[in-house]
Amino acid sequence: MGHHHEFHPAPEQFKPSDSLRRILMGMMGVGVLAIAFGLFTNPDRFWANFLLNNWYFMGLGLMGTLFLAIQSASNAGWSAGFKRIPEAMAGYLPVAYVGMGVLLLALIFHWNHLYHWAVEGIADPSSHHYDEIIAEKVAYLNVPFMVGRVLVIFALWYLFTRAMRRNSLLEDEIGGVKMLKRNKTISVIFLPVFAVSWAMSSWDWLMSLDAHWYSTIFWVYQFAASWVTAISVITLTVILLRRAGYLKMVTDNHLHDLGKFMFAFSIFWTYIWISQYLLIFYANIPEETIYFQERFEHFEFLFLFNIVINFLTPFFLLMTRGSKRNDGLMLSVALVIIIGKWIDLYLGIMPGTLGAKAGIGFIEIGMFIGFAGLFGWVLVKGLSAVSLVPAKHPFLKEFAHHEVL
Amino acid sequence: MSKHYIIGVFGDEEPLLEAVKEVRASGTRIHEVYTPFPVHGLDELLGYKRSRLPKAAFLFGCLGFTLAITMQTWMLGIDWPMNIGGKPALAWPDFVPVSFELTVLITALGMVGTYLVACDFIPGNEAKMPDLRVTSDKFCMAIERDGTNAAAVTSLLNKLGAEEVHEKELEL
Repeated sequence: MGHHHEFHPAPEQFKPSDSLRRILMGMMGVGVLAIAFGLFTNPDRFWANFLLNNWYFMGLGLMGTLFLAIQSASNAGWSAGFKRIPEAMAGYLPVAYVGMGVLLLALIFHWNHLYHWAVEGIADPSSHHYDEIIAEKVAYLNVPFMVGRVLVIFALWYLFTRAMRRNSLLEDEIGGVKMLKRNKTISVIFLPVFAVSWAMSSWDWLMSLDAHWYSTIFWVYQFAASWVTAISVITLTVILLRRAGYLKMVTDNHLHDLGKFMFAFSIFWTYIWISQYLLIFYANIPEETIYFQERFEHFEFLFLFNIVINFLTPFFLLMTRGSKRNDGLMLSVALVIIIGKWIDLYLGIMPGTLGAKAGIGFIEIGMFIGFAGLFGWVLVKGLSAVSLVPAKHPFLKEFAHHEVL
Repeated sequence: MSKHYIIGVFGDEEPLLEAVKEVRASGTRIHEVYTPFPVHGLDELLGYKRSRLPKAAFLFGCLGFTLAITMQTWMLGIDWPMNIGGKPALAWPDFVPVSFELTVLITALGMVGTYLVACDFIPGNEAKMPDLRVTSDKFCMAIERDGTNAAAVTSLLNKLGAEEVHEKELEL
């Protein structure tokens, strides 16, 4: 409060406990079992879930980079002290690329039938696979172009992420504002790059599963889902680290702001959900309503439950000021959103791939646990690699004094 | 109704915060503190409870939502049902935008109104402040004279770094 105390933040070294390592390994073990079980008993379900989990966790990694970019571009101080968490999340990107690479190979060599537009003869009027709607779209939806743009996009994401992480670590050594400014420039360039590349990626990987259908708001919808999930993962990690005695500078004020983010973007997600639904409902054009028809027919409970878990629950639980400053409640809501957004993505992928044959069983749950374990492992590795506190970050003092009234 | 107040004028927020703490510790009730900008930590030192405005906001939101649902149900379902694109007259997705907007509108208007009334900021009312300088660079603490030992309070304020202390009869 204006008194000129000396401010010397100490670096913190995160050391994951053995039990944490064992839990994460156990989760990965469950995932391996589920993958093996899926491959042998129901390969279609395996592939659909493989896509689901790869997209889900790749999105989390990328949103880590986006979070850093937004904070950096807006000169935000409130998040400076836990920026190592989104940085560590972004460290998952290369791992996600491995999974996405497998999916690309599967697309090229027809190991699965996720993408109907990739079927041979789809644009050939003499073939019995001919589909006149998809034939109009082959200029964009064809395997070489898909592979090409995916590789370019993945390279861009990786380069931006690596540059920002490198500058952030350099800042720990040299201090000053040089790296802050450099990261700000990189961030400002990254934001439009992200917008376009994310939009294309969501069309490529998800919307093209229902190749007849399209929605111009689809990518915003997928962004809203991934973004609020990433905020929840950051919140979860902040709370768990704080409970384990780390991140000593983090107070309820920071938690409050994370809570506002979770609350606001849960509403934003709902806003985009209803925007997409309402226009299709109102226009009532068969080729558009088919998307929701499929979901109503085979997934009615989850389709409605989606709104309960992803909107009503966070909306009412996080409405008051006190709830956003209550770390037990925040932890629970973060978990609800993390599971809720899995259900949301399940509803995005399954009707267009498995349809009536979809279900939630060991393959679905096991693979999600497995991927979550892998993501957690990479996150923990990234967090323990360097100081948990960016001790020379120019905004760290502002971070320490952050107050939300 | 005007009363006699002891006004302590401070030049900076730090002595002010210290003085608020000391004056309250001495058992003297502070009527109000006037500052040119929001001072962090002042509300807590003054022992203010949190505003109940969010609760009012929630109630106004519920009112707006109910109003919107009632209005649309009556208009589209009872008074003048219409066939729009073959959909049922009471199709809930249609209600979402209007219900959302009315909820927000009534909440916003209700909060502004509640705030103005609660803070006595009704347009046309004269501003209540002990000293015009609190709108530029001075901090003022007002203490009701009646029921206190005026001399003791004045000397305490002087000791705590007040630039000037005077008595005024005014409406606060």
